[in-house]
Amino acid sequence: MEVDQLQRTFHHYHASLFNEGFLDEQFVQLQQLQDESNPGFVVEVVSLFFEDSERLLNDLSKALDQENVDFRKIDAHVHQLKGSSSSIGAQRVRDACIAFRNFCDERNIEACLKCLQQVRQEYLLVKTKLEALLRLEQQIVAAGGASPM
Amino acid sequence: MTVEEIRGDSENFPVGMRVLAVDDDPICLKLLDTLLRKCQYHVTTTSQARMALKMLRENKERFDLVISDVHMPDMDGFKLLELVGLEMDLPVIMLSANSDPKLVMKGVTHGACDYLVKPVRIEELRNIWQHVIRRKKFDGKNQNKSGDQVKTHQASREGHGSPLTGDTDQNGRFNRKRKDEEDESEDNGNESEDPGSQKKPRVVWSIELHRKFVAAVNQLGIEKAVPKRILDLMNVDGLTRENVASHLQKYRLYLKRISSVASQQANMAAALGVKDSPFMRMGSLDGLGDFRTLSGARLANVGLSPFTSGGMLGRLNSPANVNLRNLTPSALIQPSQTQNLNNSITSLGKMHSALSPASPNASLFQGIPSSLELDQLQPSRGAPGSANFNSIDDSRMFSAAIGSSGNLMNSSTNSPMMLNVQQALGGGGFGNQSTHNMASFNAESFNAGVSSSSNLLDPGKCNENWQNALESSKMQPNPLLSTEVFHSQLPLNGARDNSSSNGAYFHNNAIEFSSAMALPPFEDSRDMQCQESFVGDIQNMNQAPSQRWEEQSGNYAHSSNNVFGSLNSHIPGNGIVSPLGRSLDQNSGILNQKMDMFINGRSTGSASNLLQQNENEKSATEPRTRSHEDFPFEQPKLQGGFVPQSYDSLDELMNAMIKREQDETIPNCDFGFDDYSFGSESL
Repeated sequence: MEVDQLQRTFHHYHASLFNEGFLDEQFVQLQQLQDESNPGFVVEVVSLFFEDSERLLNDLSKALDQENVDFRKIDAHVHQLKGSSSSIGAQRVRDACIAFRNFCDERNIEACLKCLQQVRQEYLLVKTKLEALLRLEQQIVAAGGASPM
Repeated sequence: MTVEEIRGDSENFPVGMRVLAVDDDPICLKLLDTLLRKCQYHVTTTSQARMALKMLRENKERFDLVISDVHMPDMDGFKLLELVGLEMDLPVIMLSANSDPKLVMKGVTHGACDYLVKPVRIEELRNIWQHVIRRKKFDGKNQNKSGDQVKTHQASREGHGSPLTGDTDQNGRFNRKRKDEEDESEDNGNESEDPGSQKKPRVVWSIELHRKFVAAVNQLGIEKAVPKRILDLMNVDGLTRENVASHLQKYRLYLKRISSVASQQANMAAALGVKDSPFMRMGSLDGLGDFRTLSGARLANVGLSPFTSGGMLGRLNSPANVNLRNLTPSALIQPSQTQNLNNSITSLGKMHSALSPASPNASLFQGIPSSLELDQLQPSRGAPGSANFNSIDDSRMFSAAIGSSGNLMNSSTNSPMMLNVQQALGGGGFGNQSTHNMASFNAESFNAGVSSSSNLLDPGKCNENWQNALESSKMQPNPLLSTEVFHSQLPLNGARDNSSSNGAYFHNNAIEFSSAMALPPFEDSRDMQCQESFVGDIQNMNQAPSQRWEEQSGNYAHSSNNVFGSLNSHIPGNGIVSPLGRSLDQNSGILNQKMDMFINGRSTGSASNLLQQNENEKSATEPRTRSHEDFPFEQPKLQGGFVPQSYDSLDELMNAMIKREQDETIPNCDFGFDDYSFGSESL
């Protein structure tokens, strides 16, 4: 019973993440890739994403803080973040990155800073959501249920 | 490597296909890794492009395929792509979150066999193994084919002796060239196969070094870039000519691959006349190579590719008539004369192939150089649509005719020409029917108003009268020439109108050597291909000659207007191949004078039998008759033997015309007569 409840909660939450646009179907792809041979795949990728994104966000902050902003470097970072966020299905982060890159092309530092903030915010949001989702999944497994992933 | 080998240890390819995945982004790499494994590939991953390169250099046999991210901090993905393309000849798939068409195009032009946009989906990866098959299959075919070509060439040389002299000479050239290439490739092979046992220090082509190399090649022009000069330009200590030669070889292969990939996408652009970039040129060359190697379908694509000239050559070489035909419709879309020629040629080539294996090779060789020239010389060919159409029609006609003769009847049905030819074939008698056909051909195919009257003679008659022989021989209209001429000088529409009205304007020169006379009907049909060269404005030039023609061919009802000069093409039964090649050359010659070079080379081969057009002028009948006597068997060779010695006097068009004439053995142009000599080896 408890497992069922958890499962329902999980699916409900899962659906809400898609409805609110935090995730797109790429995340479903990740889930589908997870099977017996790599049970922790989603968690692994998501963890990688967290790590990498935080590193990139820090680098971006530093790069934008320089006297002579290296837009090429910034663009490369943002591009990477775009790639990784889209690979994980974090589409709001990805969209923020796209906007970011446009300002990067314009060499607009102020707008870039704003975008960085936005990207970070989106990242933190999706991170929270994903962590909650993964926690639910763990609870289900801990309760003896099958992983809903 | 064959498909069989590719499968290697795994019986159910693509399971176990060895993929090297390169991406600096750990998330993407992880995802890619998992996806690839899901596809049951054998995956190796690295987050560094340099590491990937190192692994590949250590043992390129370790992988079947490379998937690389575009944006990587340690090395640009395109650079990796380029180096892998140069050194490893492995299929590379590019991967990027950026779907900017420019970037995709860059990937393609750098030789990527595919470009995937992140996030990559498993559906896309499930199919990537086809790139491996394609690449290896292609390579294998290529090698086999080229080897066969050389062999057949040699065989033809030995077996045919004088009649094929012209061809063989060309072949000889090719062989030499081929040999050089082989030497180079052998060097390459040594390097790659046993790097450990290599004595000379291995040169690592760093990005910087490669850049210098490319700069030098670009400076010289890819066609003129020879190792020695590149080495001089690069001015790098420790670098040897051999190093450069090897690298150049790889670079050419690389460009070839690029072109084959890019050609499909670039078809349209190319059709529009975008041939400026060296890459494009290379593409044409590459295209040729590809054609040979590739199967018909592929060839078709190439043919469509912007490098029309190259495509033509390739087509000539291409083994399957069917393919060519299929291509023809597409060719119609593209306004390229060369295509038409190719088609016709191809068909001829096929015919030949059936008869003699050697001939196709010759055509290939010839065709290749011509195509190159074409590209370089006339970048703007594509423009005139009308001309192209004409040429296309012609080509169809040819192809159809050829097909019918060769066994291919399908396409012919549409064109009256075909029908005629077929009839002639069916009838067994070539004489009267064939002539009629020719006329129809001319009118239709040559919208420009050039009409060639071909007289078909019975083989027996041919022997008796050279005229008959000429008649008997088939006219080969060179669509290329006519079309080009039209383009340059005459308004196509006008030309067509004229042609339709024809009579007065038309000038038919039927000079043909029908070697087929003695030959079975099939061969004759091959001969049937007529090459008609039309002179639009040029005609003025030709007026006198045309008259002469008339005189010469008094028996024939040729209405020659001063306005039009008509060229006749000869039809070589055995020599079909050579005529084709020549026709190609002619085409190219029109575009470029380089063609002359080829022709000369050919002519040299057949120098012994050279007839002079002057003679033709004086007594066209006599030489022809001679030819007839001798020709019944060797007529085709004679055609090959014709050598246009002086193109200078004539305009390019004129030259082209002349060339055709030479091939055809009918000099319509004054120039042609004076300057050109026809070589008939048989004589």
